[in-house]
Amino acid sequence: MNKKQKKWLRKIIIAACFFAVVFTVDLTIKLDEVLPKPYGIIFRMGLYLIIYLYIGKDVIKRSLKNIMNGHVFDENFLMVIATIGAFAISEFGEAVVVMLLFQVGEFFQSYAVGKSRQSITNLMDIRPDYANVMGINGLIKVDPSEVAIGDVIVVKPGEKIPLDGIIISGQTIIDAKALTGEAIPQEKGPEQEVVSGTINLTSLIEVKVIKTYNDSTVSKILELVENAQTNKSKSEKFITKFARVYTPIVVISAILLILIFGLITKDWSEWVYRGLNFLVVSCPCAVVISVPLAFFSGLGECSKNQILIKGSSYMEKIAKSNVFVLDKTGTITKGNFKVTKINSNYSDKNVLYYAAICEQHSLHPIAQSIVEEYQTTIDKQIPNNYVIKEFPGFGIEARLDDEVILAGNNKLMKLNNIIFNEVNEAGTVVYVSRNGAFIGSILIEDEIKSETFKFIDELNKRNLKSIMLTGDNNVVASLVASNLGITEFHSSLLPHEKVSSLEEIIKNKNEDDVVCFIGDGINDAPALTRSDVGFGMGKIGTDAAIEASDVVLMNDDLNGIIKARNISRKTLKIVKENIVFALGVKILVLILSALGITDLWIAVFSDVGVCILAILNSFRIVKK
Amino acid sequence: MKRKFNLENLDCANCAAKMERNILKISGVDTANVNFFMQTMTIEAEDNMFEEIMKEVERVCKKVEPDLLIKR
Repeated sequence: MNKKQKKWLRKIIIAACFFAVVFTVDLTIKLDEVLPKPYGIIFRMGLYLIIYLYIGKDVIKRSLKNIMNGHVFDENFLMVIATIGAFAISEFGEAVVVMLLFQVGEFFQSYAVGKSRQSITNLMDIRPDYANVMGINGLIKVDPSEVAIGDVIVVKPGEKIPLDGIIISGQTIIDAKALTGEAIPQEKGPEQEVVSGTINLTSLIEVKVIKTYNDSTVSKILELVENAQTNKSKSEKFITKFARVYTPIVVISAILLILIFGLITKDWSEWVYRGLNFLVVSCPCAVVISVPLAFFSGLGECSKNQILIKGSSYMEKIAKSNVFVLDKTGTITKGNFKVTKINSNYSDKNVLYYAAICEQHSLHPIAQSIVEEYQTTIDKQIPNNYVIKEFPGFGIEARLDDEVILAGNNKLMKLNNIIFNEVNEAGTVVYVSRNGAFIGSILIEDEIKSETFKFIDELNKRNLKSIMLTGDNNVVASLVASNLGITEFHSSLLPHEKVSSLEEIIKNKNEDDVVCFIGDGINDAPALTRSDVGFGMGKIGTDAAIEASDVVLMNDDLNGIIKARNISRKTLKIVKENIVFALGVKILVLILSALGITDLWIAVFSDVGVCILAILNSFRIVKK
Repeated sequence: MKRKFNLENLDCANCAAKMERNILKISGVDTANVNFFMQTMTIEAEDNMFEEIMKEVERVCKKVEPDLLIKR
């Protein structure tokens, strides 16, 4: 709570206490009769008026200013009219209650909005305040936006890295939690890239800047978050439009009600009273505030989960999303290779051992995956006294004295007249022989991300369609698809065919379908833009991904999509509830007021109550 | 030129919408966004008359919310 709010709250409490005292006294001993007529009634009115002016001073002041500026349908003004009207028909207590509760409602709004704003501004913590630039006279602190590409900046332990760059000296540990949610800090040294917005934990590093501040990851992310409110959803637009017509309609009907029925019945005070009821509920506060607040909370909740959405209009689409098109490499799979199966006549270990000897110096990802597998499962040490010879397109030969080891594809085996068992499985196969005898083969596959299984599972559970796009051949694609439970796949696609494939899917979709594309953003930018909702795997640092996609998954976890969908659905549900509930109550109160069943107390109480409940309802989106 | 300003004392969401509508009516303003939740205002307007435009923006906004403070 800020200073202004504290003062405000104190005022409300003091006024409420005084009111309670005056009101009880008024009920027990008739204040009118304390003094002789007409002083009694003036005394009573005076007491209420003092409390009224105390609590309503700001509202009156504001309404006067607004009326001078020609805003007739201003809520402050309407409240003042309603309360003055109540005074005029001698409903002093009600006048004070209306003003008091109006203030309570306003206070609660301000408090609630401040609260939810905080959750977003916490995210803004990634904003770097300064950069230490190496100058001729030592270090100078400058605004990050003044640093040019190629400048060298110094980041001390505990400081935020202000711009994207490459470490030129120093070894340190970097905490990227605020950016990616990655809990484990990473070690970084010279030649390695660091990303703005992450925190340097342990020691001083010198960084050569490779991007200006405006192009840096941190400012891209901040821009995305800040601009998210510009992309307004349909419900928000509806509410803003609604608010514009609601108040005038209610006010005009209040006037008509008073005039028409007043003239007919001649019971003016009764109809003025009913008309005042209208004025009290004429403020669209509850809906105007609760709908954007719900979206705001939804966006905030997503960003807490490292999911950045470019606006509430996308939340509406995500909530309805039902077709998910995924790129294979880098999205479904890790984009790196791993030994998944070993076929051997007698010992798997042996196969791996001899293969590792051959592949130990190769930089090819397949070779590295074999070496890694050997080192992690069997032994760190690989005999390095062999003479290695590479046959490009075939494989590798390793010799030590009379021992000859071969590791490579089927062509290598055939070339050396080795009888081997051919393997027909998805992936790359490395055959191994020793001294002319085949000893086994190793199957290497692009590893599927562990979270992909859960993601596809969740999609299938919800009856949502998943479609895989891949450059792999049909055999590999169908294996991966059936392994994961993906319903549909398009194989043997060249990179540019992915977009046309996606376009085909969009063309053939049902009218209500919302097609999402999920890619790593490196070469998927066109597909990300083309789809209804483009989910970019953040891979922090690829600002292309951030720019092209509508939703950025900063932690690269596919399950963020399910989370985003759940949050969006919940948000929309709450928005709907708020609209129906708030409007329903308002209409009900209007009807009851017109019939003369309700009184001012109930009207204002329901109005403020609805507002508070709608706000509280919006808060349900945020998980504690 | 596009600039962002922080706001103070912007107390109602409806007022923010009103301001936005009124700012857009000022000639020379290309885009305007009053962000109630972030308490910010983004104005995109012609460079050479940005200052005059901002004065007009301030006037228009004060009409809606007299206490409003546009921090430059």
